[in-house]
Amino acid sequence: MKNRTFLFGFLIVALVLAGGVSYLASSSPDGLDHATLQGCEETDAGLTGQCVAQNATDHDLAESPLADYAVSGAEGTTGLAGVIGVLITVAVAGGLFWLLRRRTPTRG
Amino acid sequence: MPATLAMHMSDGLLDAPASVLFLVIGGVGVLLALVRARGALDDRTAPMAGLVAAFIFAVQMLNFPVLPGVSGHLLGGALAAILVGPWVGALCIAIVLVVQALVFADGGLSALGANVTNLALIGTAVGFLVALGLRGLVRKGRGGLVATAFVAAFASTVVASLGFVAEYAIGGDPAFDLGTIATTVVGVHCLIGIGEGIITALTVGAIAAVRPDLVYLLRGERRPLEVSA
Repeated sequence: MKNRTFLFGFLIVALVLAGGVSYLASSSPDGLDHATLQGCEETDAGLTGQCVAQNATDHDLAESPLADYAVSGAEGTTGLAGVIGVLITVAVAGGLFWLLRRRTPTRG
Repeated sequence: MPATLAMHMSDGLLDAPASVLFLVIGGVGVLLALVRARGALDDRTAPMAGLVAAFIFAVQMLNFPVLPGVSGHLLGGALAAILVGPWVGALCIAIVLVVQALVFADGGLSALGANVTNLALIGTAVGFLVALGLRGLVRKGRGGLVATAFVAAFASTVVASLGFVAEYAIGGDPAFDLGTIATTVVGVHCLIGIGEGIITALTVGAIAAVRPDLVYLLRGERRPLEVSA
């Protein structure tokens, strides 16, 4: 497979996963959150009982436009937030790695 | 309070000295990776590495159920290490964590050092060392490579979760029983590790089928001297 074809395909796969398949993701707490929630019960009023997660503080950037993988907190925008995240990540990581790369492949 | 889509450690779980300690450890590790990554980056592998980071960002969003009411998601350390090598791989994961913390408010800012230490440093290092240890299996062909990817990813996930336990032992709230936390965290991550293993094996297998030259672990096989170039 040609390099350009492969890289383009890889990007499309990432975009489809973040932009579409992300809607199928489980919304249950992940393993770490589950462990920190042990001893608590989640109610509408917040956490009752005693658990590690009660020490957790709000994120400093909780009001940022893409917080919690939603665009301005709007429901159903996870996919769009995911697509933006993939594009930001590939730009930041690709840019950094392009700057860091060895210019002459044979140099040892 | 933990949000539904939070994937990483929040602020407030570790005390300030431990948060600073792990910011320093994570920072030193990332600096070392920045220096060493150069040897594995050229015109062909740099774009690949950027896409590996983006792919891991995407797959980390895909929480899969592991128990009733409990999910897991890819951490990505072993996947990154196998595809782009340990140093570039650690940078891939660190970049994903920084984007998640700064843009998506996922993973606390003061907890960033601890999250980088667990996922970018421990996860990638363990994934790579296990994969390296299974070289004999990798040489047996694509099936061996896929099996290696599974085992490396499983081990990487479980050991990364031990990183959290160690951090909580150093800077957590002593009111909570560490043994209970450790049992739950490591137990659940054994299940998550199976999912991590499957995703890593499928991804590495698919890429090795079309572009084996872009799989760092296979390149290392042909030119072993380049591993620490």
